[in-house]
Amino acid sequence: MAFRVQFENNNEIGVFSKLTNAYCLVAIGGSENFYSTFEGDLADTIPVVHASVAGCRIIGRMCVGNKNGLLVPSTTFDTELQHIRNALPDSVKVQRVEERLSALGNVIACNDYVALVHPDLDRETEEIIADTLKVEVFRQTVANNVLVGSYCVLSNQGGLVHPNTSVVDLEELSSLLQVPLVAGTVNRGSEVVGAGLVVNDWAAFAGMDTTSTELSVIESIFKLSGAGPSSITSKMRASIIESMS
Amino acid sequence: MEYIPTPQSSEPTANKILCCDCGTPIAPNPSNMCVMCLRTRVDITEGIPKQIVLQFCKGCERYFNPPSEWVHCVLESKELLTLCLKKLKGLGKVKLVDAGFVWTEPHSKRIKVKLTVHGEVFGGAVLEQVFVVDYVVSHHMCDDCHRSEAQYFWRALVQVRQKGENKKTFFYLEQMILKHKAHSDTLGIKPIHDGLDFFYATEAHARKMVDFLSAVLPCKSSHSKKLISHDIHSNLYNYKFTYSVEILPVSKDSLVCLPKKLTQQLGGISPLCLVYRVTNSLHLIDPSRAQIAEINSTVYWRNPFNPICNPKQLVEYVVMDIEPIMDKDRRTFPGQGAISNKHVLADIWVVRASELGVNDNTIHTRTHLGHILKPGDYVLGYNLEDSNINDANFDKLERNNIPDVVLVKKYYDKSERKKRRMWKLKHLTEEANGLITDTRDYNEFLDDLEEDPDLRQNINIFKDNSKQIPVDSTDETDETIPRITLAEMLDDLVIDDVEMADE
Repeated sequence: MAFRVQFENNNEIGVFSKLTNAYCLVAIGGSENFYSTFEGDLADTIPVVHASVAGCRIIGRMCVGNKNGLLVPSTTFDTELQHIRNALPDSVKVQRVEERLSALGNVIACNDYVALVHPDLDRETEEIIADTLKVEVFRQTVANNVLVGSYCVLSNQGGLVHPNTSVVDLEELSSLLQVPLVAGTVNRGSEVVGAGLVVNDWAAFAGMDTTSTELSVIESIFKLSGAGPSSITSKMRASIIESMS
Repeated sequence: MEYIPTPQSSEPTANKILCCDCGTPIAPNPSNMCVMCLRTRVDITEGIPKQIVLQFCKGCERYFNPPSEWVHCVLESKELLTLCLKKLKGLGKVKLVDAGFVWTEPHSKRIKVKLTVHGEVFGGAVLEQVFVVDYVVSHHMCDDCHRSEAQYFWRALVQVRQKGENKKTFFYLEQMILKHKAHSDTLGIKPIHDGLDFFYATEAHARKMVDFLSAVLPCKSSHSKKLISHDIHSNLYNYKFTYSVEILPVSKDSLVCLPKKLTQQLGGISPLCLVYRVTNSLHLIDPSRAQIAEINSTVYWRNPFNPICNPKQLVEYVVMDIEPIMDKDRRTFPGQGAISNKHVLADIWVVRASELGVNDNTIHTRTHLGHILKPGDYVLGYNLEDSNINDANFDKLERNNIPDVVLVKKYYDKSERKKRRMWKLKHLTEEANGLITDTRDYNEFLDDLEEDPDLRQNINIFKDNSKQIPVDSTDETDETIPRITLAEMLDDLVIDDVEMADE
């Protein structure tokens, strides 16, 4: 299900939270409403962890991870690192990365199988990513922009990219990542989809400004809602006609 | 996991995204919304007023063009469009691409203008918007119509009077007013038997006229006001102001007798003087010594004097003999006032024209007209011997010092002059019941203009296109008749209405 939330009146959810299939990280200091929205949907299945990175609340952009592991920048305090390690399940490997491009959330976009990275990322970091997150790493740009983490959101079911991405690029990326991709916007026409949206295999959270059109695009590409309007004519048609006749 | 082909792969050229508001597929743009949604959200014509008032004068059918111009415009014309666009504020922020009229009923008092503007919207997208502005035509009386309507309602009055027998000063005054356009604020001009009345809407205009008059002619003025109404609560008093201007009774070619004190002040001029010009000061000449003096307004009114003889009493004489007086023979004394260079003092013997051939009664006198007279000429002058003069200053003079005849000016054939006059003057009022122009006085005034170049310095003279210039120069009988050259005349302004001529 796709939800609309706001963190302290800010619509950029992808900045203040990180969502994967195994855990969820949220920034500290927000209202209880924000947390209750996350916990309401996720707390049964996965832990929702309050954390900060390097004393900042922009954890969504600083760290990157999937169900296999989590990478944090070198500026993270030891105490924070310890706290995260304690809170997360043991299957998740937490690793600190020494990298010049320290906002890992902006330069890396990944799901459980593949990752897209900034073309200038260090070779060592690439190896660490491949190791810790157990993914295949590709150096690519999205819509001629190097900040792949900001302009691309991936889950195991699909992906959303910058609206200016050309059809050729979309096909190329799609074949690389082996998931369907769509170009779209979030938060009423904002192009920075990575910062505006967090998603995993069954839930997505977007800013309060997101229009219903954008939300339906998100739901369809990430396959979040079972009962969309198109499904009436495809999957449910057979059963409806059966019952009437 | 199935590989599902990307849904929007049909467009080979550009990618399409869904508009974030309505979901229609659009090409990506900086705001990522389709044009319709963008238009509902953003209005680039926000600062531009959609309803504006236009002012229109019913009397003269003109539209008001600020700050102070009234223009004739036909409905749906280019001038009206310029006027409407000029009134529209806030067009600076957007780019105007197109403007045109939308038809409205002519009597509806509404004018609709359709404008197309380009404006920038967030993110750099340029949006085009078409909108209609409503102009409401409201009635407003223009200043000219006001003035013509207010003719019967005046607040200030200037009464100009001259207690004399001669209208020549008034003709001169009329020409001066025309030249300096001092009558631009008057509501109306009414001629009274001794002068003129000027009506004004405000006291300031009347005062301006009074100042103009005192600068042009020697006159004295007084003023008074009459209370019409009084608003008790706001203490506003409504008055009718009246200015009374009295012009000096002396006119050109009249003979005056100066009081003794004044003669001493003017450098020992003789008390009997001729007035040879009246402009903003009085110019006197002593016929017996060709001495000139100038009296300005304040000096005159401090000790005023009346004319002894006026031009109606001029008598015709014939010159028998003339002998100019040499400079060495002239008697001068220290402290004497200025002597005129333009006149030649001469001894002259004349006979009355009516007595020519009847008797040999030649009269001897001194005259200042030596430069223009020769034996056989006709001269006009005053016969002091036979006249009965009633003047206090004159009575104080010694009988022996008074000349018998005082010659004033040379006499030309009247009809000849009138025929050959190639120029004309303009008048203040068009009606004939104003200052009647066909009388002797007017003709004398025109004669004066011809004779005196200094007098016509201040007057606009126009070419009379109805009279022909004489081709044959042998037709001219008397070449010494003073004439105004063609170079001095102004071409009368004739406005040819080209549009009417075409129709």
